[in-house]
Amino acid sequence: MYEGAVQELIDELGRLPGVGPKSAQRIAFHILEADPEDMKRLSDAIRAVKERVKFCSICFNVSEQETCAICRDPRRDETVLCVVEESKDVMAVERTRSFRGRYHVLGGSINPIAGIGPDQLHIRELLNRLSDDRIEEIIIATDPNLEGEATATYLARMLKTIGIKVTRLASGLPVGGDLEYADEVTLGRAFEGRRSLIG
Amino acid sequence: MEPVSPSLFAAKSYRTPALVLRTHKLGEADRIVVLLTPEHGQVRAVAKGVRRTSSKLGATLEPFMFVDVQLVRGRTLEVVTQAQLRAPYGQALAADYARYTSAHAMAETAERLTETDGESGAAQFRLLHGAVAALARGDTDPGLLLDSYLLRALATAGWAPSFTDCVRCGAPGPHTAVNIPLGGVVCHDCRPAGSQSPAPETVGLLAALLSGDWSRANGSPPGARREAAGIVAGYLQWHLERVVKSLKHVERA
Repeated sequence: MYEGAVQELIDELGRLPGVGPKSAQRIAFHILEADPEDMKRLSDAIRAVKERVKFCSICFNVSEQETCAICRDPRRDETVLCVVEESKDVMAVERTRSFRGRYHVLGGSINPIAGIGPDQLHIRELLNRLSDDRIEEIIIATDPNLEGEATATYLARMLKTIGIKVTRLASGLPVGGDLEYADEVTLGRAFEGRRSLIG
Repeated sequence: MEPVSPSLFAAKSYRTPALVLRTHKLGEADRIVVLLTPEHGQVRAVAKGVRRTSSKLGATLEPFMFVDVQLVRGRTLEVVTQAQLRAPYGQALAADYARYTSAHAMAETAERLTETDGESGAAQFRLLHGAVAALARGDTDPGLLLDSYLLRALATAGWAPSFTDCVRCGAPGPHTAVNIPLGGVVCHDCRPAGSQSPAPETVGLLAALLSGDWSRANGSPPGARREAAGIVAGYLQWHLERVVKSLKHVERA
């Protein structure tokens, strides 16, 4: 155990995701030895993110204003809505530059064993958004894992009665890989989702 | 650090069939997988890099997958070095929300019951494997499968209820009162205060679920199924002494 402030810093760093006691100690001593100006910038950045950043009141993406830049942008296609689990997934889709619609961030996926059901996610807010007649298609882009698939199944069932086109991101083989190294589940999905090359 | 010799690696590694109970995110791209195995009971292992889309093990080590895994013993956690899929139950379960939520309640219960009890590991593994496979087949009401699994899992752990003979004096049934702390039905003379009085069909259904009498269970009315589910949940919580979080999310017909 270290004295006072050093131990407090180690304890706080140790509460961060993916940071164990050894890493927390290493980071704490790096902070102690680093240039005071650099560390002031770091502490200011942490304070600013907690004070200024909130969730968009429409899509629940992170934003510094009441609504995020994507929801405010009139050039975005308002007929297509992409449903993702986390804000970082919005950035992943944005990097593709192939989607020009808007987003809805659920805030996670349905995982009963972790105590997360539909009521803990922004599903009710999604259904409220669908009262807007301009929305024609919902793209469900939850993670391609079991929780993401179950969340997509649940959403598809909820949205079936609304009469809006509901699609799911394709699953299959990664670009640049060899077929022989694909696992059975992924290869099976690739066969299920195969597309016609002619016509 | 000294390199590990091939013979030492072989001594520290073992291969086992396993059911994946749940996963936790670890670090940048790893996962901790909680496995239930027939010979080693509950095993917690690190699966490195499985959250990357390029990982070959990612789809194999999803919850409810039945796999053959190669594990290396570590200080606190094992490390998964290979995994081969034997039955992808998780895929079928994720496609049906009611079955998915029931499977979660089963996995959470199995995890709790095998946390410290290594002796009943093989029996718990067989029971859970059978229940998850039946859920994935989809030909039985998932709520009935769940309640039957919960009663049998508790019985395997040493908390067998009785829904035929009185749990206090052994008088042969049928009896109409159920007392959860005592562990099943009680006769008119032994009935303590606070006992429940479910419908006779409910008591019959509970006995059928415990013994695996599926023709009787499948023919039970919806009211009896709801009432039986409440008694099973109460019995489970009484013995585990903790809330099974998944149970409140289970979708019943």
